[in-house]
Amino acid sequence: MEAWSQFVQLLFSGLTVGSIYALVALGFVITYSVTGILNLAQGDFAMLGALLCMTFVNSGMPFALAIGLSIAAVMAIGALFERLAIQPARRSSVAVLIIITIGVSFVFRGLALLVWGTDPYALRPFSGHEALHLFGAVIQWQSIWAVIISVISFLALHLFLNRTSIGKAVTACVINPFAARLMGINIRKMSLGAMAVSAGLGALAGIVIAPISGASYDMGMMIGLKAFIAAVVGGLTNAPAAIAGAFLVGLLESFAEGYLSSGYKEAISFGLLLLVLFFMPNGLFAKMTGKRV
Amino acid sequence: MESGQRMTDGRKRWLWLVGAAVWLGLPWLVFGNNYVLSTLILIGLYALVSTGMTLLMGYAGQISLGQAAFYGIGAYTSAYLTAHAGWSAWLALAAGAALAALVALVVGIPVFRLREHYLALATLGFGVIMFTFFKEWKGITGGLNGFFGIPPIRIAGIPLQSDLPFYYLVSLFVLAGVWFARNIVRSRVGRALRAIHGSEVAASSLGVNITKYKLQMFMLSAVYASAAGSLYAHYVTFINPDLFGIVPSIYFLIMVVIGGTGSVWGGLVGAAVYVCLGEWLKAVVPLLLPNAGGEFEIVFFGLLLVVMLIYMPNGLTGVAAKGWRRLWKASWRQQKQTAAVDSHQARSIGGERG
Repeated sequence: MEAWSQFVQLLFSGLTVGSIYALVALGFVITYSVTGILNLAQGDFAMLGALLCMTFVNSGMPFALAIGLSIAAVMAIGALFERLAIQPARRSSVAVLIIITIGVSFVFRGLALLVWGTDPYALRPFSGHEALHLFGAVIQWQSIWAVIISVISFLALHLFLNRTSIGKAVTACVINPFAARLMGINIRKMSLGAMAVSAGLGALAGIVIAPISGASYDMGMMIGLKAFIAAVVGGLTNAPAAIAGAFLVGLLESFAEGYLSSGYKEAISFGLLLLVLFFMPNGLFAKMTGKRV
Repeated sequence: MESGQRMTDGRKRWLWLVGAAVWLGLPWLVFGNNYVLSTLILIGLYALVSTGMTLLMGYAGQISLGQAAFYGIGAYTSAYLTAHAGWSAWLALAAGAALAALVALVVGIPVFRLREHYLALATLGFGVIMFTFFKEWKGITGGLNGFFGIPPIRIAGIPLQSDLPFYYLVSLFVLAGVWFARNIVRSRVGRALRAIHGSEVAASSLGVNITKYKLQMFMLSAVYASAAGSLYAHYVTFINPDLFGIVPSIYFLIMVVIGGTGSVWGGLVGAAVYVCLGEWLKAVVPLLLPNAGGEFEIVFFGLLLVVMLIYMPNGLTGVAAKGWRRLWKASWRQQKQTAAVDSHQARSIGGERG
């Protein structure tokens, strides 16, 4: 029974972390699909979202308003980032663009450090502190929120891409930017929108995880990198596969931490990344689900 | 892309003489100031790492986001072999370099089948994995507590414990590193690398073995980083894993970008500017913003990185080379030629656009 409850506990912590990675990874996939840029500052949107939301809540704002406002603020930051750093350099090589996003990530980190300092902050859970008891395991309601929110976000995105005309325009940009431009789709607006939506998803991820693991100026890098692994494992342009990849990475980490050693969990997920890169560069699920969004 | 190639021998000799005089005289100008001297040593150590990276990024056109891992391999190999196995520091340095080259070979073979994003990610992943080992392999690395009591390096039995002789030792390494890099760039290998940089498809259709050259540069850059790591370990006699994580790797990248990847001197220039700016910011920022944390300079370096890449993709050596040519009134035709090369390089620091 002891082993069983540990298993359930690890399963749920894996699903929680996986859903956070999934939200950030969705952002990666959108940005990469529309702009062809691998945005290494993606994780920092989560950090900014969490810290902003925490500040708004502490200033006495209603919780829902604080969440909405911080997501909107981070979306604006994402749009600004696209206009100030990505647009001027759009003719550069891929490597240069990656390095630019690293530079922006450093700026975000540094600014957060300046505003909030090095101390980690806690955000209150969305719905009370009591926990759910299941098979002898203790599960935070926040974990369930995390999973639900990531699933809803994915579904919303899916509907947006497949049921609205703007969404179809985005899909067109993904499939063939040149043809899309010929059809009168404004690629620059698409790029701006993609960055803003990615930033918003990142912020949401940060807000959801903040009550569980706290928020601090340097939380962005690791979340971003893990989401990255998830996206690559899923094949970078495939949203459902990226989500599957995110849950895979989350579960792998959780079980590695529980059954092996907590110190090596990062090496294990990056080991997975290297294996996938070397042997299945189109992602684990390339054959199952097709290549594009 | 080197200004030196277009200079006459006489001018070049003068430049070398002035350089040598500055190098020999620098510590005496600041004599008694150990702070400046230790800053100069740090510049030298970073210059060694970034010179290797310049070869990899500028000439082979490959990006590495895990270079601090090789720096760490050198540092820990030296630390372990000298402190626990009683080796001489020189042998340990060589062993570290050999190990780094071997690791680069093993990692590089699969990694260099990848391109662009995937290459950046794979080197990043490698960096994180190595950092985890430095952190967790406590029996050898001392884990997060760090590795204490690394013996100093000895020359003819005399330990180099003060900064002055160490400054000259590090400078010799840097000079040898830059000299070696220059020779590589001007050799057959260098021409092949430039061809790869221009277009991998064209280069391979001309019979250039792309993977072999990239791999060689990766191994070479690993050796540079490892040697610098070994020297660092013997200089400060204490190391911990944080020195060899992802953030230091990014700092090395920043140095290379600041210096510019178009010249073998880029690494040295970038390291000097990075260290000096960092020290200056550490002094100035607390006065302007008393609440700023210790790491506030990362905002500045992040901005610098972005601005440099957008507006000065050839880095400071690129700008300097342009100014130098203007200064010596290079002929109109040469300017036109180099302008063509400049704009070409601006487009392709890291290979072609996908």
